[in-house]
Amino acid sequence: MSNIPTKLEETREDFSFITNRMERQEYLIQLADGFNEVKVPERIASQPYDESHRVPSCESEAFVWAEENEDGTLKYWFDVLNPQGLSAMAIAVILDDALSGAPLDQVANVQADIVFDFFGKNIAMGKGQGLMGIVNMVVAEAKRRQGK
Amino acid sequence: MADINERGYTSPDVLVSTEWVAENLNNENVRIVESNEDPLLYPSGHIPGAVEVDWTNDLNDPIVRDYIGKDAFEALASRIGITPETTVVFYGDKGNWWATYAFWVFNLFGHTNTKVMDGGRTKWVAEGRDLTRDVPTYSETEYKAPQDRDDKSIRALREDVLKHVQGKGQLVDVRSPAEYSGEKLHMEGYPQEGALRGGHIPGAKNIPWSRAANEDGTFKNAEELKAIYEDEQGLDPNKPTVSYCRIGERSSHSWFVLNYLLGFDNVRNYDGSWTEWGNSVGVPIEK
Repeated sequence: MSNIPTKLEETREDFSFITNRMERQEYLIQLADGFNEVKVPERIASQPYDESHRVPSCESEAFVWAEENEDGTLKYWFDVLNPQGLSAMAIAVILDDALSGAPLDQVANVQADIVFDFFGKNIAMGKGQGLMGIVNMVVAEAKRRQGK
Repeated sequence: MADINERGYTSPDVLVSTEWVAENLNNENVRIVESNEDPLLYPSGHIPGAVEVDWTNDLNDPIVRDYIGKDAFEALASRIGITPETTVVFYGDKGNWWATYAFWVFNLFGHTNTKVMDGGRTKWVAEGRDLTRDVPTYSETEYKAPQDRDDKSIRALREDVLKHVQGKGQLVDVRSPAEYSGEKLHMEGYPQEGALRGGHIPGAKNIPWSRAANEDGTFKNAEELKAIYEDEQGLDPNKPTVSYCRIGERSSHSWFVLNYLLGFDNVRNYDGSWTEWGNSVGVPIEK
């Protein structure tokens, strides 16, 4: 049995069926189009954002927040200040869908290199690091709330 | 910003404006090429008629850390439907880093009828110009490269740089001051492109690539560029110069500036850059 959130495992499986590069890109762009749904609301944060929420390794100027749900899980919120940061927007949508509301101990087990399952191995040099930084930030929030 | 021809550049013809591109979208002698870091940008919308040249998939040898060879370049050029006479105009994200990188690779093979769209993708989008998701198809050509890949004239390899250092040659390190000083072993956000050692190649001047660009991504005029590279940093346009960064993409931007906008005599881009030099056995560094 997987020790990462079930929804994330399902998403990873969905992507595994996409073998065509253009098809993968189209799907990721579609996901990025839904970014407004995961964009941080003003009740959580407004610009200029606290730098502690900035993803340190993301060229697209991504930020991550976590809001506690009643059941103790977390709802993750994001912003991407670079309007051309489509990949960052896409990974934000994926992470919200797969990790918001998931058990914290499972979120804490997510490895950053999962981004290559979504974006493919041929992602431009360096690009993957920014995306992994967003995953790391979400995982760090889960660990922090667990007191780890 | 003044018209490109009024900015005092040595070779103003290597730059075209967004207006020029908009007026030449249907010019069959012109091929617009987008080259980005983010692979989702081109398919999300690009200049009508533009083709994509992807740095990872199209310009790099998949096995060797090197660029493609002549055969692969000819196959790429044939696929995008150009001939050696076609004017190829590059543009892209990140202040045209990848556009100038692709421009440089095309020039390695002698395709010198190349230009860069000033301001890149950011300026085109900011001006509200048309974007499309339609991927154009062009009749495939039988492109014959004007020359074999020339690794001597505009490219510097590790041994070339070592000799250049020993001869006290001019070097321009276009990385951030923290990378140059060795405080950081890699660029913010690119830890896997780091090196075992921090610092810079002995004698290199630190002139971050972004100093050559305006806020909107366009290039500064010649007077402003001279003030930085020649007056402030003391570079001599008549002496051979090598530019480098982390992997060669930012330094291709500065190579473009020194070579075409300021008219330096002999400028080479060291694409091995700090990821090679910082990890190499037997080469000196400076902090």
